[in-house]
Amino acid sequence: MTNLTATRPPATPVPDKRRAAPKRRPRTRFTSEHRTILSPHQLNSRWGRRIYWLVLVSTVLVFTAVFVFPLYWMVTGAMKTGEEFARIPPTYVPSRFSLDGYRQAWELMNLDRFLLNTLQYAFGAWAFALAFDVGAAYALSKLRPLFGNVILLAMLATLMIPPTVILLPAYLTIKDVPIVRLDLLNTPWAIWLPAVANGFNIFLLKRFFDAIPTELIEAAQLDGASPLRILRSIVLPVSRPILGVVSIFTVVNVWRDFAWPLLVLQDPEKMTISVGIASLRANMPQTTMTAALVIASIPTIVVFFLFQRHIMAGLTAGGLKG
Amino acid sequence: MTVLQSRPGGRRTGRRRPGLAVRRNLTAYGFLSGALICFAFFSWYPMVREFILSFQKNNFVDPPVWVGLDNFRTVIQDPAFKSAWLNTAMFTLLALVCGYLVPFVIALVLNELRHARGYLRFVVYLPVMLPPAVSVLLFKWFYDPGPGLFNQILGLAQLPALSWLDSKDTALISLVIVSTWMNLGSGTLIYLAALQTVPGELYEAAELDGAGVLRRIWHVTIPQTRLILLVMLLLQVIATMQVFVEPYLLTGGGPEDATISVVYLMYQYAFNYGNFGGGSALGLMLMLVLVVFSAAYLRLSRDNT
Repeated sequence: MTNLTATRPPATPVPDKRRAAPKRRPRTRFTSEHRTILSPHQLNSRWGRRIYWLVLVSTVLVFTAVFVFPLYWMVTGAMKTGEEFARIPPTYVPSRFSLDGYRQAWELMNLDRFLLNTLQYAFGAWAFALAFDVGAAYALSKLRPLFGNVILLAMLATLMIPPTVILLPAYLTIKDVPIVRLDLLNTPWAIWLPAVANGFNIFLLKRFFDAIPTELIEAAQLDGASPLRILRSIVLPVSRPILGVVSIFTVVNVWRDFAWPLLVLQDPEKMTISVGIASLRANMPQTTMTAALVIASIPTIVVFFLFQRHIMAGLTAGGLKG
Repeated sequence: MTVLQSRPGGRRTGRRRPGLAVRRNLTAYGFLSGALICFAFFSWYPMVREFILSFQKNNFVDPPVWVGLDNFRTVIQDPAFKSAWLNTAMFTLLALVCGYLVPFVIALVLNELRHARGYLRFVVYLPVMLPPAVSVLLFKWFYDPGPGLFNQILGLAQLPALSWLDSKDTALISLVIVSTWMNLGSGTLIYLAALQTVPGELYEAAELDGAGVLRRIWHVTIPQTRLILLVMLLLQVIATMQVFVEPYLLTGGGPEDATISVVYLMYQYAFNYGNFGGGSALGLMLMLVLVVFSAAYLRLSRDNT
């Protein structure tokens, strides 16, 4: 790439030869690996610097106020006593740092049950979605059976119809599964099996598998490898990035979902953490409620910390490249 | 990568034997079976059932009766029907103004900054990681007219307190604020990724031609990211038209139906009035509207790859 102003992330700053910059003090110069709307040249001018720092500082301040402060307010709110909680004007730092509010929420609201339930639903959904969707995408991409294209089209067509609009018939199906006549309400199956029916997973996996050279597969076939063996030893090892994306999406979706578990898991012993907390919102003091909210958000934030890279990759997956 | 050269011609002659083809198909369907069953039961069948339900009267005790368009008539005559659609449209529109424009502007600014990038990206994405119900319940407390955070802030700024969720005038916009806050991050990061693919040479050329910052955005950035902007527009419309959690947890559709949404009305028909026919009729209408947007989205995103 021939980019005149771009420099590699340099060990020593490359001197800007094109222009005698106002050299008042030797300062760190703006260089960029990637040229953006503003040129380094503009950023390095005196006013450019001033405006840049003004924008930078105000962005950091505004972002902290808008996105971090509410969370701070939530975490500290749960530490306040009921009296301090309702005080006007509020205290910005709680008068005591105690975890009593959290302990109370944990004991009163059955949070351990809700968390375990959600964990069970999320990982079950992950296992089923991965096993069945990988199998299906592999069959459609590499084994190419009769009517494979029709099936693929029918699976991708479900992408056009968001699950919310078929909420009611889907609920009735779970209540009384046709042919087998089973009532899956208040069982984990109500989350696990519908999680498999995800056209987006099929789309992502199939597209990835399509890019694996057929010659590689045929070579293995000549060596007498069975389709399952090929899947295990050739396809899966090279597909780890996409498996990561699909896994995280599946787990996070189950964790975030509200409407579906609200309908199919109404038994208080079976609820997910979101639905469970919401169901108790009328009967709990606000401090306890707030503590419960903090506890409910910890798992997803931890997942985010651990898998930040995959999540960012997943965001731009699915043909969203600009 | 070492790739075996495929021999030209005659490569597939061995496959012609019928026994092998049958076996290959059987194996393939074996791999497909799990997903096929799940799609059939939990995706395809419910779609068909939505049509059937919306033309039937069904109390799940007696055998269902076909009633033609009766369910649609009932639903349309419900005074809440008009409010639900108007609110959903208004919510979508407002959420677009806030949730579509704002992330793009934020992404533009973030893309120019050379410091604190990791922090800013992390922070903007933080709310997306909270379960939506948590964000919504958190804001319910902020909206509290007494000790709620927002009225405290207004008080500090010497502004009159608002009644937020309790007033017909501010309830809907309150929902939009929560929704924007918790969804902003993903849009921002997607735009940011798109902005980084814009070739720097184009900006340089524009600059040499004397284009100022705004004109560089208008003539370089926006045309270069046009496709993703369109795709995100459609995605956002599709997502916000299904709004349910916010009215369900914050307002219960009130005050005076000011925040009732289509999906929430559908929920009420089924679970409060026990009228699955009416609910399905609503679902079907929403489905038809969304299919148009979804089809456009799929077309665009396919052209893109």
